[in-house]
Amino acid sequence: MGDIPLPAPPPETQLDLYRWMVLTRTLDDRIMALWKQGRGVGGTFSGKGHEAIAVGAGLALGADDVVAPMHRDLGCYLVRGLTPERIVANQLGRITGVTAGRDANLHGMGDLELGIIGFVSHLPQSMSTAVGAAMSFTYRGEPRVAMAFAGDGSSSTGLFHEALNLAAVQRAPLVLVVENNQYAYSTPLSQQMAIDDIADRGAAHGVPATIVDGNNVEEVHSAALSAVAKARAGGGPTMIECKTMRMLGHAIHDGAEYVPAELLEHWRRRDPIDRYRKRLLKRGVIDDEGVSTIDKECADAVEAAVEFAESSEWPDPASVERGVYAP
Amino acid sequence: MTGANFGFAAPTAEAAGTEMTYIAAISEALREEMRRDGDVVVLGEDVGGSFGGAFKVTQGFADEFGDRRVMNMPMTENAFIGAATGMALMGLRPVVEVQFADFITTGFDAIVQFAATNHYRWGAAVPWVIRAPADGGISSGPFHSQNPEAWFVHTPGLKVVVPATPADAKGLLISAIRDDNPVVYFESKPLYRSLRGEVPEGDHTVPIGRARLARAGTDVAVVTYGAMVHQAVTAAQTLEADGIDVAVLDLRSLKPLDTEAVLELAVATGRVLVIHAANRLAGVGAEIAALIADEAFDRLDAPVRRIGGLDVPVPFSPPLEAAYRPDATRIADEVRALARW
Ligand SMILES: Cc1ncc(C[n+]2csc(CCOP(=O)(O)OP(=O)(O)O)c2C)c(N)n1
Ligand SMILES: [Mg+2]
Repeated sequence: MGDIPLPAPPPETQLDLYRWMVLTRTLDDRIMALWKQGRGVGGTFSGKGHEAIAVGAGLALGADDVVAPMHRDLGCYLVRGLTPERIVANQLGRITGVTAGRDANLHGMGDLELGIIGFVSHLPQSMSTAVGAAMSFTYRGEPRVAMAFAGDGSSSTGLFHEALNLAAVQRAPLVLVVENNQYAYSTPLSQQMAIDDIADRGAAHGVPATIVDGNNVEEVHSAALSAVAKARAGGGPTMIECKTMRMLGHAIHDGAEYVPAELLEHWRRRDPIDRYRKRLLKRGVIDDEGVSTIDKECADAVEAAVEFAESSEWPDPASVERGVYAP
Repeated sequence: MTGANFGFAAPTAEAAGTEMTYIAAISEALREEMRRDGDVVVLGEDVGGSFGGAFKVTQGFADEFGDRRVMNMPMTENAFIGAATGMALMGLRPVVEVQFADFITTGFDAIVQFAATNHYRWGAAVPWVIRAPADGGISSGPFHSQNPEAWFVHTPGLKVVVPATPADAKGLLISAIRDDNPVVYFESKPLYRSLRGEVPEGDHTVPIGRARLARAGTDVAVVTYGAMVHQAVTAAQTLEADGIDVAVLDLRSLKPLDTEAVLELAVATGRVLVIHAANRLAGVGAEIAALIADEAFDRLDAPVRRIGGLDVPVPFSPPLEAAYRPDATRIADEVRALARW
C-alpha cells in the first residue's frame, strides 16, 4: 500500500483525475446542501471520501467497457459521461433525470450507451450482473471489460462469493473494485467480518486481489489500469480492495454518531482531493490559478445542473404505467 | 341493517393505556417480551449497539439486554434468517429485523423453502418473527417502498400480520413472538411516527387471525389493512356528506384470514371494496374477492371491487407515486360508484 512510489501518469491524466474528483466533490456537496435546504426529494447518499476510487477506477476503462457503480460512486457516473444535469434531475425526480422519476437518488442511473449498468439497491446484485456482462464479452470474443463496485458490507453476502467464484471459474474479464470504507451503515468492519483484508475473499476464490490506498487516486488508477489490461488480454478477473473511509453518514438522514471522531479525523487528513491538489502543485502540474479555474468551472457546471433540474418538469402521472415492458 | 358490530371487536376505546406512536408501540412490545422471556433474541443489520436499527426500533436495547441478545448481523439475510430458524429449532424465539421489507427477498429461500415447511415435513416448530418495515408513499423509490405480503400469504406454513394501529402493533407483535410458527410481521413505515394512539399497558395480545372493525357502517364495506385502513376511514368520513355509511374492516392478519368477519360484513352490506397498497394484480385482495364470490355471491348487491397499487415497480417521483398508490380520494370515488350500483 503505497510503499513503492508509482511513476506519475502523464500530466494530462493527472489533471483529468484531479478535475473529475473536484467535479464529483462539488456536485456531492451541492446535493447535500440541497437536501439540507429542504429542496431534495426522498433520501440521498454522499460519496464523500470515495472520489479517488470512483474516478481513478472509472477512468481506467475504455469507451466500450461497461461498469456497474453503486451508491458511493458519483464520480464514476460522471467520468462515464452522465452529465450533472441528468444526475441532479434524477435525484429531484424530474422527467429529465436518468430514470425520468422512476428510481431514486443514484439508483437506476444506468445508460448502456455510456456503458453504465443501473444500480439496484439489493447489494451486490449488480456485481453478478457485471460478471454476466463480462461473460458475454468472452462469448462474443470482444476485447471488452466489465467493472463492478462493491462495499465491505456487500462482500459478506452470499452473492458476493457466488459472483466471485463464477467470475473465477469463467475467467471472466471482470475488475471488481471493493470500496472498504470501514462501515456498512452503522456496522463496523469488526462486526462485518473476522478478517483484516477483504482481498482474502478474492484469494479464497482464486481471484487475485491487490490492496490499494483508496484515497490515493494515482494508486487506484494504476491498479485499475493493470487489472483492466489483464482482463482484456484474457487474464481473468482481479479484485482491487481500496481502503478508505465513508466521511458522512450512510445516507443524508444519518448523522453517523456511531463513528469515532478520531477515525474521521485520521481520514480527513488523507482527503483524496486535498492530497492530490498538494501533490500536483508540488509537481508543478498545476498552479494556484489553475486550481481556482477548475474550482470555478466545476462550481459553474454544478450550479447550471441544479438550475436545469429544478426548472425541469415533473413526470406526467398519466405516464406511470409506461415502460414496464420493452416495446 | 343497523350499525351493529357484527360480533367482532368494537371500534370503541381500548383498555386504558398510554398514548404513543406506532413505532414506539413496536419497540415497547419487543422490549416487554425480552424482559419477560430470556429466549427472545433480536438479530438484524444495524439493530444493535448505540444505533438501534435503521428506524430505531431497538434503540437502547443493546444497553439493556446486551450484545449477545441484540445481535448486529453482517449483510447476510439468507444466512441470518436461516440462522434464526436454527435458533428457533433449539428453542429460542428470534425476532429478526430485515432493514426494509424489500430486502426480505435476499432471505427468501430460508423463509419459504425451509422455515415455512419444517413443521409439516417433520413436525419441528419454528417460532421466529421477521419484522419487515414495508410500504411507501414517502418517495423512497422502488427498493424501499414495497409491500411484498402476497408472496408470504401464498406460502403454506407462514403466518402474516399487518398492524394498522399502535395498539395492534404491540398486541400483534407480542402474539407473534409467542406463536410457535414463523410469523412475518409487516410494519407500515408511513405510520411509524405519524400515527399515535392509545396502547394498553402490560401484557396486551391481539389474537392472530382476528379482524377489527375500524368503523361501523351499513351501506358499503371496505376491507383493507395497514396504512390503507386510515385512508379508508378518511374516505368514509368524507362520504358521510354523501349520505353513504361506510364500514371499514381492518384485517390485521392476512394469514390466517378472518374469513368469518369478511363474510359477515359482506353479507351485512352487500357491497364490498377491497383495498391494499400492494399491486392489485394477484394481490391479497384477489383472494378476498374470490372468497366473497364463493361464499356470499347471492347476498351481494354489487360485484366486489378492488383498488390496489398498479402493476409497476413503486415509482420514486411524487407525482408518479401518487398515481401508483391508492388514497382516500380514489377510495371515496370507488365507494360512491359501489353505492350507486
Ligand atoms: C441485500 C441488502 N440488504 C440490506 C440492504 C440495506 N443496506 C443498504 S446499504 C447497506 C450497507 C452497505 O454497506 P457497504 O456494502 O459496505 O457499502 P457502503 O454503503 O458502506 O458504501 C445496507 C445494509 C441492501 N441494500 N441490500
Ligand atoms: Mg461500507
